[in-house]
Amino acid sequence: MDKTTKQKISKDDVYSFLKEVKDPEIPPISIVDLGIVTNVDVDTQQNVHVVLTPTFAGCPALKIMEDLVKERLEKEPNIGNVTVETSFEVTWTTDLISEEGREALLKHGLAPPKQNVGYMELDVLSDTACPFCGSRNTDLKSPFGPTLCRSLHYCKNCLQAFEGFKPV
Amino acid sequence: MDFFNDKHVEAAKDLLYKMADDQLIIGHRNSEWTGLGPILEEDIAFSSMAQDKLGQSEHLYNLLHELGEADADTVAFTRNENQFHCCHLVELPIGEYDFSLMRHFLFDMAEAIRFEMLIDSSYENLARLARKFKGEIKYHTMHANTWVKQLAQGNEESKARMQSSLNETWPLALGIFEEGKYESVLKDAGIFAGEKELQEKWLTEVTALLAAAGLQIPENATPTNGGRYGQHTEHLQPLLDEMTEVYSIDPTADW
Repeated sequence: MDKTTKQKISKDDVYSFLKEVKDPEIPPISIVDLGIVTNVDVDTQQNVHVVLTPTFAGCPALKIMEDLVKERLEKEPNIGNVTVETSFEVTWTTDLISEEGREALLKHGLAPPKQNVGYMELDVLSDTACPFCGSRNTDLKSPFGPTLCRSLHYCKNCLQAFEGFKPV
Repeated sequence: MDFFNDKHVEAAKDLLYKMADDQLIIGHRNSEWTGLGPILEEDIAFSSMAQDKLGQSEHLYNLLHELGEADADTVAFTRNENQFHCCHLVELPIGEYDFSLMRHFLFDMAEAIRFEMLIDSSYENLARLARKFKGEIKYHTMHANTWVKQLAQGNEESKARMQSSLNETWPLALGIFEEGKYESVLKDAGIFAGEKELQEKWLTEVTALLAAAGLQIPENATPTNGGRYGQHTEHLQPLLDEMTEVYSIDPTADW
Protein backbone atom coordinates (compact mmCIF):
# COMPACT_ATOMS: atom_id res chain seq x y z
CA MET A 1 0.00 0.00 0.00
CA ASP A 2 1.41 3.37 -1.02
CA LYS A 3 1.52 5.55 2.08
CA THR A 4 0.66 8.70 0.18
CA THR A 5 -2.74 7.33 -0.82
CA LYS A 6 -3.78 6.54 2.75
CA GLN A 7 -6.80 8.42 3.93
CA LYS A 8 -6.66 9.99 7.34
CA ILE A 9 -8.15 7.76 10.02
CA SER A 10 -9.60 9.32 13.15
CA LYS A 11 -10.34 7.77 16.52
CA ASP A 12 -14.02 8.05 15.70
CA ASP A 13 -13.45 6.02 12.54
CA VAL A 14 -11.82 3.30 14.62
CA TYR A 15 -14.74 3.32 17.05
CA SER A 16 -17.18 2.96 14.17
CA PHE A 17 -15.23 -0.06 12.84
CA LEU A 18 -15.23 -1.55 16.33
CA LYS A 19 -19.01 -1.13 16.53
CA GLU A 20 -19.12 -3.98 14.03
CA VAL A 21 -17.26 -6.29 16.43
CA LYS A 22 -19.81 -8.19 18.50
CA ASP A 23 -19.56 -9.90 21.86
CA PRO A 24 -19.20 -13.60 20.88
CA GLU A 25 -21.38 -14.67 23.83
CA ILE A 26 -24.06 -11.99 23.30
CA PRO A 27 -23.98 -11.26 19.55
CA PRO A 28 -26.54 -8.39 19.45
CA ILE A 29 -24.22 -6.11 21.43
CA SER A 30 -21.00 -4.59 20.06
CA ILE A 31 -17.89 -4.40 22.17
CA VAL A 32 -18.11 -0.59 22.03
CA ASP A 33 -21.65 -0.60 23.46
CA LEU A 34 -20.57 -3.18 26.01
CA GLY A 35 -18.09 -0.58 27.24
CA ILE A 36 -14.95 -2.71 27.15
CA VAL A 37 -13.04 -0.51 24.68
CA THR A 38 -11.36 1.85 27.12
CA ASN A 39 -8.85 3.55 24.83
CA VAL A 40 -8.01 3.95 21.15
CA ASP A 41 -4.81 5.57 19.88
CA VAL A 42 -4.00 6.43 16.28
CA ASP A 43 -0.42 7.57 15.68
CA THR A 44 1.00 9.62 12.81
CA GLN A 45 1.74 6.44 10.81
CA GLN A 46 -1.93 5.46 11.25
CA ASN A 47 -0.91 2.57 13.51
CA VAL A 48 -3.76 1.79 15.87
CA HIS A 49 -3.53 0.69 19.49
CA VAL A 50 -6.71 -0.52 21.22
CA VAL A 51 -7.07 -1.12 24.96
CA LEU A 52 -9.77 -3.49 26.22
CA THR A 53 -10.83 -4.12 29.82
CA PRO A 54 -12.23 -7.53 30.80
CA THR A 55 -15.86 -7.86 31.86
CA PHE A 56 -15.10 -10.83 34.11
CA ALA A 57 -11.55 -11.99 34.91
CA GLY A 58 -12.41 -15.51 33.80
CA CYS A 59 -14.28 -14.53 30.64
CA PRO A 60 -13.24 -17.02 27.93
CA ALA A 61 -14.38 -14.60 25.21
CA LEU A 62 -11.67 -12.08 26.05
CA LYS A 63 -8.93 -13.60 23.89
CA ILE A 64 -11.42 -14.09 21.06
CA MET A 65 -12.46 -10.43 21.27
CA GLU A 66 -8.82 -9.33 21.05
CA ASP A 67 -8.48 -11.39 17.87
CA LEU A 68 -11.76 -10.07 16.44
CA VAL A 69 -10.64 -6.47 17.00
CA LYS A 70 -7.35 -7.13 15.25
CA GLU A 71 -9.06 -8.94 12.40
CA ARG A 72 -11.62 -6.16 11.83
CA LEU A 73 -9.11 -3.30 11.89
CA GLU A 74 -6.60 -5.09 9.68
CA LYS A 75 -9.25 -5.17 6.95
CA GLU A 76 -8.96 -1.38 6.68
CA PRO A 77 -6.42 -0.45 3.99
CA ASN A 78 -5.82 2.94 5.61
CA ILE A 79 -4.79 1.50 8.95
CA GLY A 80 -1.14 0.55 9.62
CA ASN A 81 -0.16 -1.88 12.36
CA VAL A 82 -2.82 -2.94 14.86
CA THR A 83 -2.02 -3.79 18.46
CA VAL A 84 -4.54 -4.82 21.12
CA GLU A 85 -3.88 -4.80 24.83
CA THR A 86 -5.98 -5.96 27.78
CA SER A 87 -5.62 -3.81 30.87
CA PHE A 88 -7.33 -3.52 34.24
CA GLU A 89 -6.48 0.19 34.43
CA VAL A 90 -10.12 1.03 33.88
CA THR A 91 -12.32 -1.30 35.92
CA TRP A 92 -15.27 -2.47 33.86
CA THR A 93 -18.68 -2.22 35.47
CA THR A 94 -22.09 -2.72 33.90
CA ASP A 95 -22.60 1.07 34.11
CA LEU A 96 -20.24 1.28 31.11
CA ILE A 97 -22.85 -0.40 28.86
CA SER A 98 -24.31 2.27 26.56
CA GLU A 99 -28.00 3.06 26.19
CA GLU A 100 -27.91 1.43 22.76
CA GLY A 101 -26.28 -1.60 24.32
CA ARG A 102 -28.97 -1.86 26.99
CA GLU A 103 -31.65 -1.79 24.30
CA ALA A 104 -29.83 -4.51 22.36
CA LEU A 105 -29.76 -6.70 25.48
CA LEU A 106 -33.47 -6.18 26.06
CA LYS A 107 -34.29 -7.06 22.45
CA HIS A 108 -32.22 -10.21 22.85
CA GLY A 109 -34.43 -11.18 25.82
CA LEU A 110 -31.76 -10.42 28.43
CA ALA A 111 -32.77 -8.10 31.26
CA PRO A 112 -30.33 -5.14 31.25
CA PRO A 113 -28.41 -4.61 34.50
CA LYS A 114 -29.54 -1.96 36.95
CA GLN A 115 -27.32 1.09 36.90
CA ASN A 116 -25.30 2.79 39.61
CA VAL A 117 -25.80 -0.01 42.11
CA GLY A 118 -22.19 0.16 43.27
CA TYR A 119 -21.42 -3.08 45.05
CA MET A 120 -24.64 -4.92 44.72
CA GLU A 121 -26.73 -6.77 47.24
CA LEU A 122 -29.02 -9.70 46.68
CA ASP A 123 -32.23 -7.65 46.73
CA VAL A 124 -30.97 -5.52 43.83
CA LEU A 125 -30.61 -8.64 41.73
CA SER A 126 -34.02 -9.92 42.87
CA ASP A 127 -35.67 -6.71 41.67
CA THR A 128 -35.17 -7.33 37.94
CA ALA A 129 -37.83 -6.42 35.38
CA CYS A 130 -38.93 -9.16 32.98
CA PRO A 131 -37.53 -8.47 29.48
CA PHE A 132 -40.67 -9.96 27.89
CA CYS A 133 -43.56 -8.26 29.71
CA GLY A 134 -41.80 -5.62 31.81
CA SER A 135 -43.28 -6.84 35.10
CA ARG A 136 -41.20 -6.50 38.27
CA ASN A 137 -43.08 -9.41 39.81
CA THR A 138 -40.11 -11.72 39.30
CA ASP A 139 -37.99 -14.16 41.31
CA LEU A 140 -34.23 -14.56 41.27
CA LYS A 141 -33.58 -18.26 40.67
CA SER A 142 -29.78 -18.19 40.77
CA PRO A 143 -27.07 -15.53 40.58
CA PHE A 144 -25.19 -17.90 38.22
CA GLY A 145 -26.33 -18.55 34.66
CA PRO A 146 -25.09 -19.98 31.36
CA THR A 147 -22.24 -17.46 31.17
CA LEU A 148 -20.40 -15.61 33.95
CA CYS A 149 -22.22 -12.37 33.21
CA ARG A 150 -25.78 -13.74 33.44
CA SER A 151 -28.24 -14.63 36.22
CA LEU A 152 -31.40 -16.77 36.11
CA HIS A 153 -34.86 -15.35 36.85
CA TYR A 154 -38.54 -16.27 36.61
CA CYS A 155 -41.40 -13.93 35.79
CA LYS A 156 -44.51 -14.60 37.87
CA ASN A 157 -46.59 -12.37 35.63
CA CYS A 158 -46.00 -13.93 32.19
CA LEU A 159 -44.75 -17.24 33.64
CA GLN A 160 -41.50 -17.21 31.66
CA ALA A 161 -38.01 -18.04 32.74
CA PHE A 162 -35.53 -15.37 31.66
CA GLU A 163 -31.91 -14.35 32.04
CA GLY A 164 -30.48 -11.09 33.27
CA PHE A 165 -27.16 -9.37 32.73
CA LYS A 166 -25.63 -9.23 36.21
CA PRO A 167 -24.76 -5.81 37.57
CA VAL A 168 -21.14 -5.56 38.69
CA MET B 1 7.57 -1.42 39.93
CA ASP B 2 9.64 1.62 40.81
CA PHE B 3 8.80 1.72 44.48
CA PHE B 4 9.89 -1.85 45.11
CA ASN B 5 13.28 -2.75 46.45
CA ASP B 6 14.36 -6.39 46.29
CA LYS B 7 12.80 -7.20 49.61
CA HIS B 8 9.46 -5.75 48.52
CA VAL B 9 9.55 -7.83 45.36
CA GLU B 10 10.17 -11.02 47.34
CA ALA B 11 7.37 -10.15 49.75
CA ALA B 12 4.94 -9.33 46.93
CA LYS B 13 5.79 -12.61 45.20
CA ASP B 14 5.12 -14.58 48.37
CA LEU B 15 1.73 -12.88 48.74
CA LEU B 16 0.84 -13.38 45.06
CA TYR B 17 1.82 -17.04 45.09
CA LYS B 18 -0.41 -17.92 48.00
CA MET B 19 -3.35 -15.99 46.58
CA ALA B 20 -2.97 -17.37 43.06
CA ASP B 21 -2.44 -20.94 44.28
CA ASP B 22 -5.50 -20.75 46.56
CA GLN B 23 -7.59 -19.53 43.61
CA LEU B 24 -6.27 -22.14 41.20
CA ILE B 25 -6.74 -25.08 43.55
CA ILE B 26 -10.18 -24.10 44.93
CA GLY B 27 -11.16 -23.35 41.33
CA HIS B 28 -10.13 -26.84 40.29
CA ARG B 29 -12.00 -28.40 43.21
CA ASN B 30 -15.14 -26.36 42.42
CA SER B 31 -14.99 -27.57 38.84
CA GLU B 32 -15.24 -31.14 40.11
CA TRP B 33 -18.91 -30.38 40.86
CA THR B 34 -19.59 -29.85 37.15
CA GLY B 35 -22.15 -32.49 36.23
CA LEU B 36 -22.50 -33.65 39.84
CA GLY B 37 -24.26 -30.78 41.63
CA PRO B 38 -27.23 -31.78 43.79
CA ILE B 39 -29.49 -29.59 41.64
CA LEU B 40 -28.87 -28.00 38.25
CA GLU B 41 -28.53 -24.47 39.67
CA GLU B 42 -25.83 -25.62 42.10
CA ASP B 43 -24.01 -27.44 39.35
CA ILE B 44 -23.94 -24.18 37.38
CA ALA B 45 -23.04 -22.12 40.45
CA PHE B 46 -19.98 -24.19 41.37
CA SER B 47 -18.92 -24.36 37.72
CA SER B 48 -19.25 -20.57 37.34
CA MET B 49 -17.31 -19.93 40.52
CA ALA B 50 -14.63 -22.32 39.28
CA GLN B 51 -14.37 -20.33 36.07
CA ASP B 52 -14.14 -17.02 37.95
CA LYS B 53 -11.43 -18.35 40.25
CA LEU B 54 -9.33 -19.88 37.50
CA GLY B 55 -9.54 -16.57 35.61
CA GLN B 56 -8.52 -14.65 38.72
CA SER B 57 -5.59 -16.99 39.38
CA GLU B 58 -4.34 -16.46 35.83
CA HIS B 59 -4.27 -12.68 36.29
CA LEU B 60 -2.42 -13.07 39.60
CA TYR B 61 0.13 -15.38 37.92
CA ASN B 62 0.51 -12.70 35.23
CA LEU B 63 1.56 -10.24 37.95
CA LEU B 64 4.15 -12.77 39.12
CA HIS B 65 5.38 -12.96 35.55
CA GLU B 66 5.82 -9.16 35.56
CA LEU B 67 7.96 -9.61 38.67
CA GLY B 68 10.25 -12.05 36.89
CA GLU B 69 8.63 -15.46 37.44
CA ALA B 70 7.84 -17.84 34.56
CA ASP B 71 4.63 -17.32 32.56
CA ALA B 72 1.22 -18.27 33.98
CA ASP B 73 0.91 -21.71 32.34
CA THR B 74 4.40 -22.77 33.33
CA VAL B 75 3.91 -21.66 36.91
CA ALA B 76 0.45 -23.24 37.17
CA PHE B 77 1.23 -26.53 35.46
CA THR B 78 4.85 -27.44 36.11
CA ARG B 79 5.38 -27.11 39.84
CA ASN B 80 5.27 -29.94 42.35
CA GLU B 81 3.24 -29.88 45.54
CA ASN B 82 6.09 -28.60 47.73
CA GLN B 83 6.29 -25.50 45.51
CA PHE B 84 2.62 -24.66 46.05
CA HIS B 85 1.59 -22.10 48.67
CA CYS B 86 -2.12 -22.87 48.96
CA CYS B 87 -3.70 -23.59 52.33
CA HIS B 88 -4.91 -27.11 53.18
CA LEU B 89 -8.55 -26.03 53.17
CA VAL B 90 -8.63 -25.59 49.39
CA GLU B 91 -6.82 -28.79 48.47
CA LEU B 92 -9.06 -31.34 50.21
CA PRO B 93 -11.36 -33.41 47.97
CA ILE B 94 -14.89 -32.07 47.44
CA GLY B 95 -16.40 -34.59 49.85
CA GLU B 96 -20.15 -34.28 50.20
CA TYR B 97 -22.00 -31.15 49.19
CA ASP B 98 -22.18 -29.81 52.75
CA PHE B 99 -18.38 -29.95 53.07
CA SER B 100 -17.84 -28.12 49.78
CA LEU B 101 -20.45 -25.54 50.70
CA MET B 102 -18.97 -24.81 54.12
CA ARG B 103 -15.46 -24.62 52.68
CA HIS B 104 -16.76 -22.22 50.02
CA PHE B 105 -18.42 -20.09 52.73
CA LEU B 106 -15.33 -19.83 54.95
CA PHE B 107 -12.81 -19.43 52.14
CA ASP B 108 -14.72 -16.95 50.01
CA MET B 109 -15.44 -14.67 52.92
CA ALA B 110 -11.70 -14.51 53.68
CA GLU B 111 -10.94 -13.94 50.04
CA ALA B 112 -13.54 -11.17 49.69
CA ILE B 113 -12.05 -9.35 52.68
CA ARG B 114 -8.49 -9.86 51.41
CA PHE B 115 -9.36 -8.19 48.09
CA GLU B 116 -11.24 -5.45 49.91
CA MET B 117 -8.06 -4.76 51.93
CA LEU B 118 -5.96 -4.75 48.75
CA ILE B 119 -8.06 -2.14 46.98
CA ASP B 120 -5.89 0.60 48.48
CA SER B 121 -2.61 -1.30 48.16
CA SER B 122 0.50 0.70 47.21
CA TYR B 123 1.10 -2.06 44.65
CA GLU B 124 -1.14 -0.47 42.04
CA ASN B 125 -1.35 -3.41 39.63
CA LEU B 126 -2.57 -5.64 42.44
CA ALA B 127 -5.00 -2.95 43.65
CA ARG B 128 -6.50 -2.85 40.15
CA LEU B 129 -7.12 -6.59 40.19
CA ALA B 130 -8.61 -6.34 43.68
CA ARG B 131 -11.07 -3.69 42.47
CA LYS B 132 -12.05 -5.94 39.57
CA PHE B 133 -12.34 -9.18 41.53
CA LYS B 134 -14.36 -7.64 44.32
CA GLY B 135 -17.42 -7.26 42.10
CA GLU B 136 -17.17 -10.91 41.05
CA ILE B 137 -16.54 -12.41 44.46
CA LYS B 138 -19.55 -10.57 45.83
CA TYR B 139 -21.68 -13.12 43.98
CA HIS B 140 -19.72 -15.98 45.51
CA THR B 141 -20.20 -14.82 49.09
CA MET B 142 -23.84 -14.06 48.36
CA HIS B 143 -24.27 -17.62 47.13
CA ALA B 144 -22.48 -19.13 50.14
CA ASN B 145 -24.30 -17.02 52.72
CA THR B 146 -27.72 -17.82 51.26
CA TRP B 147 -27.19 -21.58 51.23
CA VAL B 148 -25.45 -21.89 54.59
CA LYS B 149 -28.28 -20.00 56.24
CA GLN B 150 -30.99 -21.93 54.44
CA LEU B 151 -29.56 -25.37 55.14
CA ALA B 152 -28.61 -24.57 58.73
CA GLN B 153 -32.25 -23.68 59.29
CA GLY B 154 -33.68 -26.53 57.23
CA ASN B 155 -34.49 -29.92 58.72
CA GLU B 156 -32.63 -31.90 61.38
CA GLU B 157 -30.40 -33.63 58.86
CA SER B 158 -29.37 -30.49 56.99
CA LYS B 159 -28.67 -28.70 60.26
CA ALA B 160 -26.57 -31.57 61.59
CA ARG B 161 -24.65 -31.77 58.34
CA MET B 162 -23.88 -28.06 58.32
CA GLN B 163 -22.68 -28.21 61.93
CA SER B 164 -20.46 -31.22 61.34
CA SER B 165 -18.96 -29.73 58.18
CA LEU B 166 -18.28 -26.52 60.12
CA ASN B 167 -16.51 -28.57 62.81
CA GLU B 168 -14.40 -30.22 60.16
CA THR B 169 -13.53 -27.12 58.09
CA TRP B 170 -12.97 -24.62 60.92
CA PRO B 171 -9.37 -25.57 61.85
CA LEU B 172 -8.56 -25.80 58.15
CA ALA B 173 -10.02 -22.34 57.56
CA LEU B 174 -7.80 -20.93 60.31
CA GLY B 175 -4.89 -22.20 58.20
CA ILE B 176 -5.77 -19.59 55.55
CA PHE B 177 -4.20 -17.00 57.85
CA GLU B 178 -0.87 -18.72 58.51
CA GLU B 179 1.59 -15.84 58.52
CA GLY B 180 4.22 -15.58 55.82
CA LYS B 181 7.87 -14.57 56.13
CA TYR B 182 7.24 -11.01 55.02
CA GLU B 183 4.29 -9.76 57.05
CA SER B 184 6.07 -6.64 58.32
CA VAL B 185 7.64 -5.85 54.93
CA LEU B 186 4.22 -6.00 53.27
CA LYS B 187 2.66 -3.87 55.97
CA ASP B 188 5.40 -1.22 56.08
CA ALA B 189 5.40 -0.88 52.29
CA GLY B 190 1.63 -0.42 52.28
CA ILE B 191 1.19 -3.48 50.07
CA PHE B 192 -0.98 -5.55 52.42
CA ALA B 193 -1.99 -5.05 56.05
CA GLY B 194 -1.32 -8.69 56.91
CA GLU B 195 -2.89 -12.04 57.78
CA LYS B 196 -3.62 -11.10 61.42
CA GLU B 197 -5.74 -8.15 60.46
CA LEU B 198 -7.45 -10.21 57.76
CA GLN B 199 -8.27 -12.96 60.25
CA GLU B 200 -9.77 -10.49 62.73
CA LYS B 201 -12.04 -8.98 60.11
CA TRP B 202 -13.01 -12.42 58.83
CA LEU B 203 -13.79 -13.67 62.33
CA THR B 204 -16.14 -10.75 62.93
CA GLU B 205 -18.01 -11.41 59.68
CA VAL B 206 -18.34 -15.19 59.88
CA THR B 207 -19.18 -15.15 63.60
CA ALA B 208 -22.19 -12.93 62.88
CA LEU B 209 -23.33 -14.99 59.89
CA LEU B 210 -22.91 -18.34 61.67
CA ALA B 211 -24.73 -17.05 64.75
CA ALA B 212 -27.63 -15.89 62.54
CA ALA B 213 -27.66 -19.37 60.97
CA GLY B 214 -27.72 -20.98 64.43
CA LEU B 215 -24.39 -22.80 64.07
CA GLN B 216 -21.73 -23.16 66.79
CA ILE B 217 -18.11 -22.30 66.10
CA PRO B 218 -15.83 -25.04 67.52
CA GLU B 219 -13.84 -23.89 70.53
CA ASN B 220 -10.06 -24.06 70.97
CA ALA B 221 -9.40 -25.17 67.41
CA THR B 222 -5.77 -25.50 66.33
CA PRO B 223 -5.11 -23.98 62.88
CA THR B 224 -4.06 -26.46 60.20
CA ASN B 225 -0.86 -24.76 59.08
CA GLY B 226 1.97 -25.65 56.73
CA GLY B 227 0.40 -24.97 53.35
CA ARG B 228 1.95 -21.53 52.97
CA TYR B 229 5.40 -23.15 53.36
CA GLY B 230 4.90 -25.98 50.88
CA GLN B 231 3.78 -28.68 53.32
CA HIS B 232 0.60 -30.27 52.05
CA THR B 233 -1.87 -33.09 52.62
CA GLU B 234 -1.71 -36.28 50.55
CA HIS B 235 -4.53 -34.84 48.41
CA LEU B 236 -2.66 -32.07 46.60
CA GLN B 237 -0.22 -34.04 44.43
CA PRO B 238 -2.93 -36.30 42.91
CA LEU B 239 -4.94 -33.15 42.09
CA LEU B 240 -1.89 -31.61 40.38
CA ASP B 241 -1.23 -34.84 38.47
CA GLU B 242 -4.76 -34.84 37.16
CA MET B 243 -4.87 -31.10 36.43
CA THR B 244 -1.63 -31.17 34.45
CA GLU B 245 -2.18 -34.48 32.65
CA VAL B 246 -3.10 -32.96 29.28
CA TYR B 247 -0.52 -30.16 29.53
CA SER B 248 2.24 -32.68 30.27
CA ILE B 249 1.54 -34.62 27.07
CA ASP B 250 2.51 -31.57 25.00
CA PRO B 251 3.43 -28.38 26.87
CA THR B 252 3.90 -26.47 23.61
CA ALA B 253 0.44 -27.27 22.20
CA ASP B 254 -1.53 -24.24 21.07
CA TRP B 255 -5.12 -24.13 22.40
